[in-house]
Amino acid sequence: MSGADIPARLREGRTDLEARLREGRTDLEARLRQGRTDLEARLREPWSDLETDDATAFARQRAGAALGIWIFLASEVLFFGALFLTYTAARLANQEAFAAAGRETNIVYGTLNTAILLTSSLTIAVASQAAEKGLFRRLTLGCLAATAVLGLAFLVVKGFEYREDIEKHLVPGAHFALTQAPAQIFFAFYWLVTVVHAIHLGIGIALVTRLAIKGWRDPDFLAENPQVEVTALYWHLVDLVWVFLYPMLYLPGRSG
Amino acid sequence: MSTTASPTGLADPDELDLGLPVSYLADGHSVRSWLLTTDHKRIAILYAVTITVFFFIGGAAATLVRLELATPEADVLRADTYNKLFTLHGVVMVWFFLIPSIPNTLGNFLVPLMIGARDVAFPKLNLVSWYLNLGGGLLAVAALILGGVDTGWTFYVPYSTVFSNTWVSLTVLGVFTTGFSSIATGVNFIGTIHLLRAPGMTWFRLPLFVWAMYTTSLMFVLATPVLAVTLLLVLAERTFGLPIFDPARGGDPILFQHLFWFYSHPAVYIMVLPAMGVVSELITCFARRKVFGYTFMVYALVAIAVIGFFTWGHHMFTSGMSPYAALVFSFLSFIVAVPSAIKVFNWTGTLYRGQVGFESPMLYALGFVGLFTLGGLTGLFLASIPVDVHVQDTYFVVAHFHYIMVGASVSAYFGGLHFWWPKITGRTYPETWARFAAILMFFGFNLTFFPQFIAGYLGMPRRYHVYPPEFQIWNVLSSAGAAVLAVAYLMPLGYLTWSLLFGERATNNPWDASGLEWRTTSPPPRQNFFGSPRIQGGPYNYHPEGVAPVHDQPRLPSRGSLT
Repeated sequence: MSGADIPARLREGRTDLEARLREGRTDLEARLRQGRTDLEARLREPWSDLETDDATAFARQRAGAALGIWIFLASEVLFFGALFLTYTAARLANQEAFAAAGRETNIVYGTLNTAILLTSSLTIAVASQAAEKGLFRRLTLGCLAATAVLGLAFLVVKGFEYREDIEKHLVPGAHFALTQAPAQIFFAFYWLVTVVHAIHLGIGIALVTRLAIKGWRDPDFLAENPQVEVTALYWHLVDLVWVFLYPMLYLPGRSG
Repeated sequence: MSTTASPTGLADPDELDLGLPVSYLADGHSVRSWLLTTDHKRIAILYAVTITVFFFIGGAAATLVRLELATPEADVLRADTYNKLFTLHGVVMVWFFLIPSIPNTLGNFLVPLMIGARDVAFPKLNLVSWYLNLGGGLLAVAALILGGVDTGWTFYVPYSTVFSNTWVSLTVLGVFTTGFSSIATGVNFIGTIHLLRAPGMTWFRLPLFVWAMYTTSLMFVLATPVLAVTLLLVLAERTFGLPIFDPARGGDPILFQHLFWFYSHPAVYIMVLPAMGVVSELITCFARRKVFGYTFMVYALVAIAVIGFFTWGHHMFTSGMSPYAALVFSFLSFIVAVPSAIKVFNWTGTLYRGQVGFESPMLYALGFVGLFTLGGLTGLFLASIPVDVHVQDTYFVVAHFHYIMVGASVSAYFGGLHFWWPKITGRTYPETWARFAAILMFFGFNLTFFPQFIAGYLGMPRRYHVYPPEFQIWNVLSSAGAAVLAVAYLMPLGYLTWSLLFGERATNNPWDASGLEWRTTSPPPRQNFFGSPRIQGGPYNYHPEGVAPVHDQPRLPSRGSLT
């Protein structure tokens, strides 16, 4: 290898690099142009008719989706809020029985599920952010899939817990295990709230799976799609509800 | 912008060669084009058809109830059938007619038109909302066919959870389903009004009808979930024997009433706020004057919506509540009368020195103001605890809420239906018949419900099919009124249907009204407007500077529709 070759090879390398950069820029520009046409395609009625450019209209459409889901979540908060308030009223009236009943729930399953659900909150948040940037398709897909799997894991653990509860006769009715009558009210809430939460989670899993499948089939589907953010917000609410359910159902009577 | 731009920035359809169907009604004629539509105008028509059916189902039940009450004895119905009929009447009328009536028909049709939008923010959700409403209604009707419900429309526990052997669960499921429809509609309207207003349409340039829809939507979104929880608890208790409301097992039935009325008292405002919106539009148009105190009208709507959430306890003065709580709820119930009074004051202020025309929509609107005032004033009686204890569960209460919910809300619905009929269908209706029906409805209504105030004050209890003979005179009057009212409700069904087939083509703005919805063809095209609306001034501009009052000009039809 002669010393005279080195500057030549360096020059050659630089031209090569510059060519690749140029190529990359055209590629990027093409993708941006492509993105603009995509933007038109992604606009829906009635947003497509707004008297602005497509980018602003698309931003408004995204804002519309976000506003819509936030209003819906406000109504969901009231739904669970009313349930929590009812629980509070019943618990204030029957403190002892609620403490006794609270000791019967399985705190291991409960804590495990809390950990699972909080982790899923991380994955869905990453998916939402990645989709918003529009650049990390594989990351978005992976996080969506992880979220769905974590959600399913929660339901499986919950299923084991339900089986144990039924075996221990913790279902309100004729063969209820605990002697204090108001303990039945606690378990009425336990079943009602956890089942309603599980239904919400089931819907969440379906939504996330749908996004993952669509994103897997159509490479452009997830990029900047407001549906990811909307689904993520819904998922966070389901998560947040559990954060209230955990102390409500698993911690009474366990403080000492 | 085209060169034909008018002051509002709309193109003139006559000067455009579009090659498209100019009316939303002509945009597809198949069943599929209706059942899978995402056009807010078509969905409004779908709602109108469903709620009309429910209105006449509920009305038929009411007629039978009044027939039975014409005599003190049980001549027509057995006690059991009577209970099922008044429950059916209440359930269908409240949940499937009154609550969706104005928001889902007129609101769906008009909100995008009035703010210059092409459609609502979530068109598909809008359609889903109709299917949920229909599904819920069908479940309730199925319960009726299978044998009925006897709990009353309030589903009070523990009767509804422990004792009743009727189709409570199915009915409750129906109402629960319809709740989703309400929430979806609320979300849609809020999104639309926030984000799809045309350039220049600021918040304080919105027509009062849009403001009314906005406040109603807030109530839909914030109140309905609590009802959903309540109904879910009733369902769970009935199906799985959970003990939440059952006093025999430590549950608390009063808790049910708190939860139920936390929704159902605001629901009264869900029924009456849209009516106020409609009436504001009608009065300003037929008095040819700007709404007196527009901003105060807006604040009053918002105040009613907010305070309406804090008055539910007045339904429970006799259910066992701490006297202090009762006092607070009494006070708050009085307070909610203040914004309502502001509205009545402003309507009369608008009429004062207006060039009032007595077309049929205006007759309905004036009827509304009278009936709403009477209903509202008797509401004050009920808000004061001693009087409430005296008339609790009597016909006084029945008369009061019918004045508000039927007298006010249904009058406004009919007024709005007549007012916007040319816009919705592109046809005019026979005005003489309409005026006659409006007047007949007012008299029939008062004849039906005013005697109930007296009977109730004298002590006639509600929900009984037999009663002491001394109340018969009032009941005969009331039943006679119900017959008149039935005729007055059937007449529009007749002549409006007639007008669909044989009515004249309507002009684009038959009333010379000022709203944006009149600046397009009758009926509007699929995309609502030709050109893009730009708003340059406040609403109700009936006397622009330098222009003679409109009543000086003859109201001639200018241009027919282009269907």
